[in-house]
Amino acid sequence: MTAVLATSAPVRRASLLARWRATPFHLVCAGIVAAFLVAFLVVPVGSVVFIAFWDGQSFTLVHFADFFRTSIMIESTWNSIYVAVMTVAFATLLAVPLAYITVRFRFRGAALIQTLGVIPLVMPPFVGAVAMQLVYGRNGSINLLLMDWFGFRLPFMEGLNGVIFVEGLHYFPFILLNLSASLANIDSAMEESAQNLGASGWRLFSRIVFPLAMPGYIAGAALVFAKVFDDLATPLLLNVTNMLAPQAYLRVTSVGLADPMGYVISTILVVLSVVAVWLSMLSLRNRDFATQQRGGGGLAKRDLGRAESVAAYGFVAFALLLALSPHIGILLLSFGTIWSFSVLPDAFTLAHYSTIFRDAGGFMANTVLYCGIAALIDVVLGTMIAYIAMRTGLPGRNILDQVAMAAVAVPGLVLGIGILRTYFSVELPFGGGSLATFWLMLAIAYSVRRLPYALRSCTAALQQLHHSLEEAAENLGASKASTLTRIVVPLMAGGILAGFVTSFATAAVELSATLLLVTRDATAPLSYGIYVYMQSPAGRGPGAALGVVAVVVVAVATWLSYRVAEQDRAKRTRNGMAI
Amino acid sequence: MTGVSIDRVSFDYGGAPILDAVSLDVAKGEFFAFLGPSGSGKTTLLRLVAGFGIPTAGTIRVGDRDVTSVPPWKRNVGMVFQSYALWPHMTVAGNVAFGLEQRGMARADIAAKVRAGLDLVGLSHLADRRPAQLSGGQQQRVALARTLVIEPEVLLLDEPLSNLDAKLRVEMRQEIAALQRKLGLTTIYVTHDQEEANAVADRIAVLDGGKIQQIGAPIDLYDRPANRFVAAFLGTANMIEGSLAAGGRFAAEGFALDGVSGAAGPACLSFRPQDVSLAAGGGAGRILHREFLGGTIRYAVALGPHRIVVDTVHHREAPVFAPGSQVGVTVDPGRVVVLR
Repeated sequence: MTAVLATSAPVRRASLLARWRATPFHLVCAGIVAAFLVAFLVVPVGSVVFIAFWDGQSFTLVHFADFFRTSIMIESTWNSIYVAVMTVAFATLLAVPLAYITVRFRFRGAALIQTLGVIPLVMPPFVGAVAMQLVYGRNGSINLLLMDWFGFRLPFMEGLNGVIFVEGLHYFPFILLNLSASLANIDSAMEESAQNLGASGWRLFSRIVFPLAMPGYIAGAALVFAKVFDDLATPLLLNVTNMLAPQAYLRVTSVGLADPMGYVISTILVVLSVVAVWLSMLSLRNRDFATQQRGGGGLAKRDLGRAESVAAYGFVAFALLLALSPHIGILLLSFGTIWSFSVLPDAFTLAHYSTIFRDAGGFMANTVLYCGIAALIDVVLGTMIAYIAMRTGLPGRNILDQVAMAAVAVPGLVLGIGILRTYFSVELPFGGGSLATFWLMLAIAYSVRRLPYALRSCTAALQQLHHSLEEAAENLGASKASTLTRIVVPLMAGGILAGFVTSFATAAVELSATLLLVTRDATAPLSYGIYVYMQSPAGRGPGAALGVVAVVVVAVATWLSYRVAEQDRAKRTRNGMAI
Repeated sequence: MTGVSIDRVSFDYGGAPILDAVSLDVAKGEFFAFLGPSGSGKTTLLRLVAGFGIPTAGTIRVGDRDVTSVPPWKRNVGMVFQSYALWPHMTVAGNVAFGLEQRGMARADIAAKVRAGLDLVGLSHLADRRPAQLSGGQQQRVALARTLVIEPEVLLLDEPLSNLDAKLRVEMRQEIAALQRKLGLTTIYVTHDQEEANAVADRIAVLDGGKIQQIGAPIDLYDRPANRFVAAFLGTANMIEGSLAAGGRFAAEGFALDGVSGAAGPACLSFRPQDVSLAAGGGAGRILHREFLGGTIRYAVALGPHRIVVDTVHHREAPVFAPGSQVGVTVDPGRVVVLR
């Protein structure tokens, strides 16, 4: 029997690194990440905002006063707000019935609607814009038919209507996906307990289902709002310049980098975008309360009545056709010879494809190179940030994570202007020109914009990795660096690969920053090529063909990343016992 | 072979004290167990020995070497994790080879060692499988082999059986104990299960609230608990608060016992259910409740304001008492423990 009576030993002052659960290796990683974020995100965006409030000597609001005295700016602001609000409304009209039909009813087309949810996203809106004009424009297929049959036209594509129509069709999946997820997460017990307490019908919907699904809707709608505000290429291609993003672009490219108005607009865009994204994240965070109890499996599904069936299938078919019309249009355009004042092209040809494979190979090669580099930067930084934030106690680790995630709220246009402003006067050695327009800068701009996606993917992968798997390696003699390369990274491979593919695919169709940073066709990527081709009537065919190529690339990549993520999940479930 | 010496080790996490001046010595080749309820600090203490965390005060020695601030990968202290922590992207052989590769061993030597390690746990036929394809018991053996092949100076086992079903648990603990004896490896075993600790350990340290309550051989701990916590945590104990007079008479409200040895003063009398006998025909005790357990019958008996548990050996001729009946209660003064 040895009850131990001990006087306490002298208290040890642990070294800083030990207290932070970090090694020099972690410090180096954190340093690299911080330097990258400061150089290519914080400083460029900060300088844009700074110049908007700077008159050369001191803080000023004079640029903002100018802004609100210029009639075109006031008009552009109202137009942007109008377009964003109307796009959200249009997207809501499409998305809400689709979401409700899939979740509430036993509906055979559910898989179809899910596909519908991603199809529009694989084609950037500016690619579809020109084709949409040919289908819905004043002399487009639909209006020609309407004219023939009923003797009137509908102004689908006139002015702002066109922007609203194109963007609404492109972005409604954001609302559909978020709202469906939110509805599917509602525990059936919540609905049942309301029924048990006597609620039914409209009361049940308005008091229980609707409030529980609201956060998902808000999240989706806020994203749509922000995206529409930021989109530069669609209005430009539709010849709409009296909106904020095109105004900023025109100011910077025509009046020049010194013009403060571009920075004022950029600042407004950043603020609106940050507010919208923040709103979206906030509502998603609150969604947790709908998912407290697991295993509910969503609302109880009902069978459709005969009339309901007709209405539901009719609506889905209509929505599907609408959502696919840009794709159909672009496909027709890419195979058509001449398509003007007619319902369909006059004849079909493969000439446009041979043109682009002859002339546009450079665009494709550039896209593969830039997006490959961007995606690589993203997964390397994403892995480092996730690792530092989740596995060490380094001070400021969460700031790294938050700054990287904040890139999601920075419009491409603003980042492009910021990079131009910051690095335009920096000359490359050996007469290489400005650093801002050096091709690598484009890859870096892409990587900054897509970092949040890759980071989220890497964070999710690391979250699923049980801490003891790393401790076991250290226990058997592996250092932190060796544990990272031999255990952590291989086990995160699925998530990292998914992040890579997502970054690559979305960067391939990025146009806002591209338009600002590309100076020569020789260094231009695919998205820029499509934009340039689409400018001239003769270039539309090849432009559409390039668009089809881009869509195929994005579609294949999206499918791949989905497959990788699925396989990874399956593997983990099988390993559930081991981990 | 090396022992482990823990000297006045304290640890806190975010300001909350987890361990408070813990000292103990594990002898060379000893099978030592840390036993305590969850939150007692036993796993934290084991992790400090492995290097996962640095004590805020005190030192840890493995053999003659002060390892207190040595990082885990330089300690040569093998740990088997509660979750096994087998790497799902490597085969069984790959898992076992990992530690040897980190030590820069030649490939041929590694192959031989891996084979020997898997032979030791009887799994050489599964070398090419992935961990996910193995049963829980097999995974446990791979985790053991992976740790044993690096020939650690000390083996640490963190609740190694908690993920197995009851039958396998008994089998595995016998296997682990046999393996430990065969290799003569200094071993520390963390568990919250007293039966497990009693079955395998040479000595046990009972922890509660970050402090060591008692260290001793399993039978000593059971027979001579040092305090109320140890008495109650190891098996069932009856405890009656009262005072001990100089003549050896223990008195409490509604209960008295002569012939108790110990210093006079306030005391707690502790005794096991089997140290009490019941007699028919009336007495101070009243049967409250009866549970027939086969070989024994367990009674809850009211004794004045006290409620005690009594086990009687059961056979066909033994008396059985009905709930509500009054019984005579006799406690053997030679078997009681006086706690302060």
